[in-house]
Amino acid sequence: MAETMMLGNQAVARGLWEAGCRFVSSYPGTPSTEITEYASEYPEIYAEWAPNEKVAVEAAVGACVAGARAFSGMKHVGLNVAADPIFTAAYTGVSAGLVVAVADDQGMHSSQNEQDSRHYARAAKLPMLEPSDSAECLDFARRAFALSETYDTPVLLRLSTRVSHSQSRVTPADREERELRPYQKDAGKYVMVPAAARARHVVVETRLAALTEAAETDAFNTVEWHDRRIGVVAAGIAYQTAREALGERASYFKLGMVWPLPEASLRAFAAGVDELFVIEELDDFIETHCRKLGLAVKGKALFSPLGEYTAEQVRAVVLGAETPAQSPAAVPVRPPVLCPGCPHRGLFHVLHKMKLTVTGDIGCYTLGAAPPLSAIDLCICMGASVSSLHGFVHARPEMAGQTVAVIGDSTFLHSGVTGLINMVYNRSHGTVLILDNSITGMTGHQQNPATGLTLQGAPTHKLDIEALCRAVGVGRVRVLDPHDLAGMEAALREELAAPEPSVIVARRPCVLLPYVKRETPLAVDGPNCRGCRACMNIGCPAIRADGRVMTIDRALCVGCGLCARLCRFDAIHPEGERKL
Amino acid sequence: MKNLLIAGVGGQGSLLASRILGVACLSMGMDVKVSEVHGMSQRGGSVITYVRAGDKVASPLIPEGEADLLIALEQLEALRWMGHVRPGGGVVMSTQIILPMPVITGQTAYPENIADTVRARGLRTQVVRAHDLAAGLGNVRVSNVVLLGAASRLVGFAPEVWEEALRVSVKPKFLEINRQAFALGRAASETEEAAG
Repeated sequence: MAETMMLGNQAVARGLWEAGCRFVSSYPGTPSTEITEYASEYPEIYAEWAPNEKVAVEAAVGACVAGARAFSGMKHVGLNVAADPIFTAAYTGVSAGLVVAVADDQGMHSSQNEQDSRHYARAAKLPMLEPSDSAECLDFARRAFALSETYDTPVLLRLSTRVSHSQSRVTPADREERELRPYQKDAGKYVMVPAAARARHVVVETRLAALTEAAETDAFNTVEWHDRRIGVVAAGIAYQTAREALGERASYFKLGMVWPLPEASLRAFAAGVDELFVIEELDDFIETHCRKLGLAVKGKALFSPLGEYTAEQVRAVVLGAETPAQSPAAVPVRPPVLCPGCPHRGLFHVLHKMKLTVTGDIGCYTLGAAPPLSAIDLCICMGASVSSLHGFVHARPEMAGQTVAVIGDSTFLHSGVTGLINMVYNRSHGTVLILDNSITGMTGHQQNPATGLTLQGAPTHKLDIEALCRAVGVGRVRVLDPHDLAGMEAALREELAAPEPSVIVARRPCVLLPYVKRETPLAVDGPNCRGCRACMNIGCPAIRADGRVMTIDRALCVGCGLCARLCRFDAIHPEGERKL
Repeated sequence: MKNLLIAGVGGQGSLLASRILGVACLSMGMDVKVSEVHGMSQRGGSVITYVRAGDKVASPLIPEGEADLLIALEQLEALRWMGHVRPGGGVVMSTQIILPMPVITGQTAYPENIADTVRARGLRTQVVRAHDLAAGLGNVRVSNVVLLGAASRLVGFAPEVWEEALRVSVKPKFLEINRQAFALGRAASETEEAAG
């Protein structure tokens, strides 16, 4: 096929397809989401959204043991959720190949932490490949399956935001169609009870030694000789940044496999250069290995453990170049905001107004933490809103009547429901608000078990959130439209007063869904507007002050009517319907 | 080497503009990298997209002070990113203003006379009423392509290259209005050039 441009994630999907992969199960998470979406476009691949990453990896393990090449993709924090099956799948090994992609988010473009997932490869004793552009995404994803089968091991594929979300050139090839491997019962290999696991641990260590040996000669790692006064060891996007910064003024040991790391070839490279730098974002993972080999390397003593590196920074550190002066103007920041018409806005307005303490969760609605809504007190990880509410009100029972959890529909099914089970089981008080906008929003509109549609948009069983809450033992479950501000406030007062757990489902579809109609934009009736700014308290980007009165940007307004509900002077109407 | 920056606000369509640019560069036989923004920043935040093309592109990011051209879909974003443009580079900016939340809530003020500030930097600057021109076509969402049309002469490439890049990047349903948007922007830049 002719050369074309692909997003890194799209190239991973292409690599899966070319390798004859048949089964893909994932949970969406920026920056990994598009791998699974693109994979679903190949008819030869069965692809699905699972409720969470643990389920996804376990499903992929099942498929690979059954004989199909299988894949699961997730963001870095998703790997924490999936760590349990991964650590033991490292012991069982595979039948057909198993590849797990993990996309780190250096710079936290869309994440709650900046963890370095390479540590998982070391901790689980699994090989980890790290591509640096789309061509390598395709190539490494494809070759990861062969590596997996040759060494009887799951293989981790580490990506990062700038690799996953950059487009660059690839040359696609044909699919290598593969028969299912025959299924053979093998309890010693696949049933991890202590006796079997002890034997498998020996296999794991032997395999790691063999992989370390292979890392010396394996084509995943390459050496580029240029000027030998400076040597750079790097992988992934950090390699590209170093290459950009230093060009041929340095020689490079480019690691395509970041675990296990080679020994003899790194020593040989170090001996061939005057000064050796390890350039890696986040932790001193490669540097630590080099130090263990006794190599004199320069790394984190000079480079930050924070965020993404730029070519300017690398040049400044390695060459002593001057960093260019920063832009002179102090420019107001532009943080992300809830969209105009977002169904969450009204709810956060009510929570703010009632001065409630709110344990939050992961999704668009985390933006409810920003001013002027300022309505979230705690945000940790997927599902934590519900479980932390329980702990919070247990420690401070006097606050039980003023503390709620907010969690989205997809996040609730990911890992919020277990927290709710805990609340009921351990006789907690507290109110959980499930913000059901009928889609997984922040990651760009993925289906989930409560939408009634599969990844491919085919109809399937639609999970009944209210019935699920009742089934785990919540006696008080009700559904409200979050735009019904008075109704929501009244419901919250009632539920917070009840001496038992309760759930309010705030249901209104995401305004960006194609079937949600944009209403006529609203306009402010100048003479009626008293400039009280009540409409400004909801943090809608379409409303601004224009002197004394407010105006609405008709290009941004979708006519949701929330501001009109808050106006005590009847000054906001759909444009053209102005009252006289 | 071409280093092109597209700055805007999440939801303004910088992704499509960057893809059209990337396809155009690829069709000229160049190595191309386009770095996109997905996820939380897309929700009305500052969005910066990098398009780099040349013999061999390493990093997808453009080092500060090395951009040849900044295409800004919003005024404040032009101000934010103009420091990335090299001396002698260009800026094509829309007159559109979208207030960031700290301005709406009164914590800070939206800077005045941004176009003059950008011009004072000595860069080749074109200010385009992209939003109005797009509104004239009946869809403000194509203001991204209006601006791209205005920038197209500074980027270079023959009209057929752009025509083909639009055709492969835009959904067939929206191709015609995007063609018109591109042509309007290109014509506007000619007028500006003649006047300036």
